[in-house]
Amino acid sequence: MKMTGAEMVSELLLEQGVDTVFGYPGGTALNLYDALYEYQGKIRHILTAHEQGAAHAADGYARATGKVGVVMATSGPGACNLVTGIATAFMDSIPMVAITANVADELIGRDAFQEIYITGVTLPITKHNFFVNNIKDLPDAIRQAFRIAQSGRKGPVLVDITKDVTGMMTSFEATGPYPVKELPKSDPDTLLEVAHLINKAKQPIVYYGGGVAASDGGPALRELLEKADMPGAYTIMAAGVLGYEEKRNLGLIGMHGSVTSNKTLDQADLILALGTRFSDRVAQNMKKFGSKATIVQVDIDNSEINKNVIVDKSLVCDVKDFIEKIIPLVDKQERTDWFEKIKKWEDNSYKPVDDDTCLKPHQLIGKICSMTEEDSVYVTDVGQHQIWAAQFIKHIKPKSFITSGGLGTMGFGYGASIGAKIACPEKRVIHITGDGSFHMNMNEACTAVTNNLPIISVIFNNKVLGMVYQWQGVFYNKRYSQTTVERKTDYVKVAEGFGAKGYRASNLAEFEKVFAKALKDEGPVWIECLIDKEEKVLPMIPNGGTVDDMILG
Amino acid sequence: MTLKKEVISILVDNQFNVLSRISSLIGRRGFNIDTITASATQNPDITRITIGFSGNEQSLAQILTQMAKLEIVREIYVLDPNESVFRELLLIKMKADKSNRGAIIEIVDIYRAKIIDLSKDSMIIELTGAPEKIDGFMKMLDCYEMVEFCRTGVTGIHRGVREYTRFED
Ligand SMILES: Cc1ncc(C[n+]2csc(CCOP(=O)(O)OP(=O)(O)O)c2C)c(N)n1
Ligand SMILES: [Mg+2]
Repeated sequence: MKMTGAEMVSELLLEQGVDTVFGYPGGTALNLYDALYEYQGKIRHILTAHEQGAAHAADGYARATGKVGVVMATSGPGACNLVTGIATAFMDSIPMVAITANVADELIGRDAFQEIYITGVTLPITKHNFFVNNIKDLPDAIRQAFRIAQSGRKGPVLVDITKDVTGMMTSFEATGPYPVKELPKSDPDTLLEVAHLINKAKQPIVYYGGGVAASDGGPALRELLEKADMPGAYTIMAAGVLGYEEKRNLGLIGMHGSVTSNKTLDQADLILALGTRFSDRVAQNMKKFGSKATIVQVDIDNSEINKNVIVDKSLVCDVKDFIEKIIPLVDKQERTDWFEKIKKWEDNSYKPVDDDTCLKPHQLIGKICSMTEEDSVYVTDVGQHQIWAAQFIKHIKPKSFITSGGLGTMGFGYGASIGAKIACPEKRVIHITGDGSFHMNMNEACTAVTNNLPIISVIFNNKVLGMVYQWQGVFYNKRYSQTTVERKTDYVKVAEGFGAKGYRASNLAEFEKVFAKALKDEGPVWIECLIDKEEKVLPMIPNGGTVDDMILG
Repeated sequence: MTLKKEVISILVDNQFNVLSRISSLIGRRGFNIDTITASATQNPDITRITIGFSGNEQSLAQILTQMAKLEIVREIYVLDPNESVFRELLLIKMKADKSNRGAIIEIVDIYRAKIIDLSKDSMIIELTGAPEKIDGFMKMLDCYEMVEFCRTGVTGIHRGVREYTRFED
């Protein structure tokens, strides 16, 4: 079939099963967008306010579904605006394909209008990228991009296409997508050795991360923890893999993790690290992390083994495959002594105190949880509110806690909420944000309004860049440099200006009332929640510290 | 911590920006690179990159596994010094006049180096050899006045016949 390069891009997207694209047009993308006009019955294009919002939306779409998120942008400024979004996806191993237009090939390298060497810019933040200046290479580049984005440890791939290629006519053959590379399976001998370690361990712990979420390993993990009677502790990337109330699921680990999780890991004699990378927010002191334990690491990415913490044994394979295959090899046992010790730590752990006259973060989140459906999707921005959400949301289902864990991108939330809501229209989407983060990308309200997306943005307005403010308070002698933002934003009016609804609450009863209304509203809603700026995220382990340095109040 | 010197051979797709991909990774991860060379292979689709690297076991494992993740990398391996030959080329320009020319030529002869350019007050010497031999030669020349030099960086190859296997990560 004869068609233009731009039409071919649309055909290639359809071939991959893509029906939704987030993006923003421009001069060099004219051909691409002309083709989208023709394909609008088959491919839905969501126009955002800003390319960054589009990239986060594609990311949120991918996180909510496990499918590849697709974003499209024009050359130069359009492509540059994707950078933070691509980096965010890269740090959290999210499958994404970014398609950018570039100037015509004859202008490349001449500093043409809106020419940017985006493949150079994105080298360190993509799994791979392609520069296509020959139409013959176009189908292969796009098929490879989707294959790479989904293979092994997932991540973003960028395809940059020159304008002349998108306008050229040629014949196209729909051969179908390239098969995703098969995941490596666990080595049987090492499996036996690890099973033996688990069986003879007295105080084991499973420390698990985003890899378990990415491989849908939750149910298998639950079974393993039950059979071998082991506790588990998770990184922020694995929130929702197991239920909050499950007895063996101790909670978040690391800098703002629970006392119980951190103590248990510290005292463990065996650490089974599944799909997690010993990041500096968890293994804050790389030398002392789990120093009493034998450490076993299972990851799909060979380069993660021994990267931050030297481990005793490792398997490079699909984490789910590992868990499923080790279950029959472990003994069923009851570790009563171990769980008794853990219970003592739990009894003495940090517990925030209720106060109904104001809005306490844990109560606010508790209220949100009790009033929303069990399968709601929570999307956060970055700061204190993000960690409170991770600590206190009680019913997170898999793929339902969407947060920028690795890059910690303020401004991620609104775009990602839009992506999640487009991906899961039947699910409730709650956006938990801070006043600082929300100011970064609140412009995406126009996207939510235009597309009539009933996203509820709960704005934790403590009138400070809270997370930084907290560190300045604790470690910089209360020298609050540029964190006490004196913004006069009237959120209710701004929401209305965008065509959304806006509410305000300063105590729990008020919140309950407006949240009940918001749950029934048709379009996007903002709820400004007034929080005391002295509220802290606790517990807290200072940089480079261990569980012994934990601050509880 | 003692740093070990290793020579790493990487077979990569012959594309226009392979070197920037490799060097971007080196820069990003802060790998301690001594030398890097790129050259053709018998297969026009494949380029060989040879890296001289100093590091401990952990950083060596990192550079190997991180490089292996690059889509363009087909094969990567450490050249075992016992099973490989290493060579480097040195061009060095010395101040030399009739008072010390003879002494320098003596060293040149011992090392089987070559004088490839001579003027009234300088000479350019060429030496090919294992990097240590070049280090030794330059040390011997230390007591004379050197104008400038350049070294190509190490390249190396396995002894015996070795099959290229398609790299799988
Ligand atoms: C784009 C970006 N810039 C700066 C930071 C550094 N930073 C981390 S948390 C934070 C404060 C966030 O403030 P807010 O959104 O109000 O959340 P709060 O901590 O008050 O809940 C800042 C500035 C960041 N993570 N991302
Ligand atoms: Mg704030």
